Amino acid sequence: MSEPPSVTDPLSVPYRERERSVTMEPLGESHEELLTINIGPHHPATHGVLRLLTTLEGEVVRDIKPIVGYVHTGIEKSCEDQQYWKVITFVERMDYLAYYYNALAFCMAVEKLLGLEVPPRAQYLRVAHLELNRIASHLFALATGALDIGAITMLWWGCRDRDLVLDLFEMSSGQRMHTRYFQVGGVMEDIPPGWEEKVRGFLELMPTRIDQYESLLDRNEIWLQRLKNTGVVSTERCLELGVTGPLLRASGHPWDLRKAMPYCSYDHFDFDVPVGTVGDNFDRYKVRLDEMRQSLRIVEQALDGLPEGPWITDDRKVALPPRHELATSMEALIHHFKLVTEGFRVPPGEAYAAIESPRGELGCFVVADGSAKPARVHMRDPSFVNLQALPDMARDSLIADFIACVAMLDPILGGVDR
Amino acid sequence: MPDATGLELIAQRVREAVGEEAVTGTSFHREQATVQVAPERVHDVLAHLREADEPWEHLMSVHGCDYLPEEPRLAVHYQLLSMERCDRLNVKTRLGAEDPHVPTVVDLFPTADFQEREVYDMFGIVFDGHPDMRRILMPEDYSGFPQRRDFPMGGEPVLYTFNEGKYPRWYE
Repeated sequence: MSEPPSVTDPLSVPYRERERSVTMEPLGESHEELLTINIGPHHPATHGVLRLLTTLEGEVVRDIKPIVGYVHTGIEKSCEDQQYWKVITFVERMDYLAYYYNALAFCMAVEKLLGLEVPPRAQYLRVAHLELNRIASHLFALATGALDIGAITMLWWGCRDRDLVLDLFEMSSGQRMHTRYFQVGGVMEDIPPGWEEKVRGFLELMPTRIDQYESLLDRNEIWLQRLKNTGVVSTERCLELGVTGPLLRASGHPWDLRKAMPYCSYDHFDFDVPVGTVGDNFDRYKVRLDEMRQSLRIVEQALDGLPEGPWITDDRKVALPPRHELATSMEALIHHFKLVTEGFRVPPGEAYAAIESPRGELGCFVVADGSAKPARVHMRDPSFVNLQALPDMARDSLIADFIACVAMLDPILGGVDR
Repeated sequence: MPDATGLELIAQRVREAVGEEAVTGTSFHREQATVQVAPERVHDVLAHLREADEPWEHLMSVHGCDYLPEEPRLAVHYQLLSMERCDRLNVKTRLGAEDPHVPTVVDLFPTADFQEREVYDMFGIVFDGHPDMRRILMPEDYSGFPQRRDFPMGGEPVLYTFNEGKYPRWYE
């Protein structure tokens, strides 16, 4: 007769027996008990440093409280200590995937305060870069969103094609991210020779690539089960919560500032506004995908119709004089010196400029007090406002669906916390 | 944007509906219309504008502002939007820096929740009746309101393990 295995020495228990020994008793009827857990701030599925205080009942999410502020760096405060043309560098770092949009919102607000005309070539160049940036931003949202759901191929494909856009940015402005290409009054520099050709190559390639994503994801059963009919929010609720951008359009409301209140000569372009029907995560994904196709159309039109002429305003009080003038003109030298040392002054006033960023309405509020530094810069960042819709999206769904909701909400924490 | 005449008409209608003292002024600057209202009547004015004949049914942004040398110092701006008419209107209220209070508009526009918390966090303006009036971006134990113009920029000690004993605020 062998002795029964000793309890104090776990290794004396045979492997199978050990496995049985960790089987827990079922909890019984006590499933009404609520459990509060933290998700984040450091969690790959929170897209940055987002902390979600989640109340669970079993596997079901009953409530979520987003807690933000972990990457608050006081950009708005720092802007008050910078000359207007230096602020552009700061605001670009807010929503770090849509840097052209931050810069444009700020530049438009300052141009409004100055009463400045932007030359048509600059506007078209701005549109071309904005839409390329929208493609890059949506691609990254799609890539990381798909990763959260487990589709890792989409991550590689999305990042690969986003890199093509970054190459274009590098060629036109010298930087891949945070390009500081937009200036008050126009853009920094004309596009270099060969850029247009390179963009056209990208425009030719990209529709095939988008079709590839679609065929990769649209008939993938896991993808469909994770996204279809999850995170549904009605149009009315979206509007109450101030949600804009692809989230609002996915619920069926065709609100797009580019169409509704055109700025930056968007009224010259022919494009459609894709909308969803149900307002679930699948519609959000589809709207983003179709927006990329529309952006390609806009870029193509911007290249076709690119007007000749200056790319920045000829108001020497605001824009730097061209380099060659400095050698011959005393006046240009003085203007250059004044602009670089003190910067330009903006007459007192307040302006709010809103544009359609990849995530919704991006508004910039600037108060000028007559000096060369703004008295207040505030960004109405769409990620910050849209995040309020997360509890509505995820309430009474499973934890797994709620991860998909965060992925398709696509908050950029740099924009949320600023 | 409503033009200067349209702005006066809006202000007139608000005065008739909410009260003469509710509107303290209007300004039309760079194609932007602003109605200035008394701080204690903000909720009534926005409720009226939301339901008016030509409604402003969406609140897009709430931001605080500090006009330091001027009095009253602080301000809250409400950016209203009409999707029907593709039009914007700015409602602004001015209040002093000593114990500033404004009624909340979260019951009218749920989107104001985070944004009012941010204004409180940065400027110390308390929104009466807000369901969750806490700091949102700064740490909960932070003292002071950093976006005010007289709040110094920088100069705050950076905490490391070796010097945290020197800054006793964190032990309190």
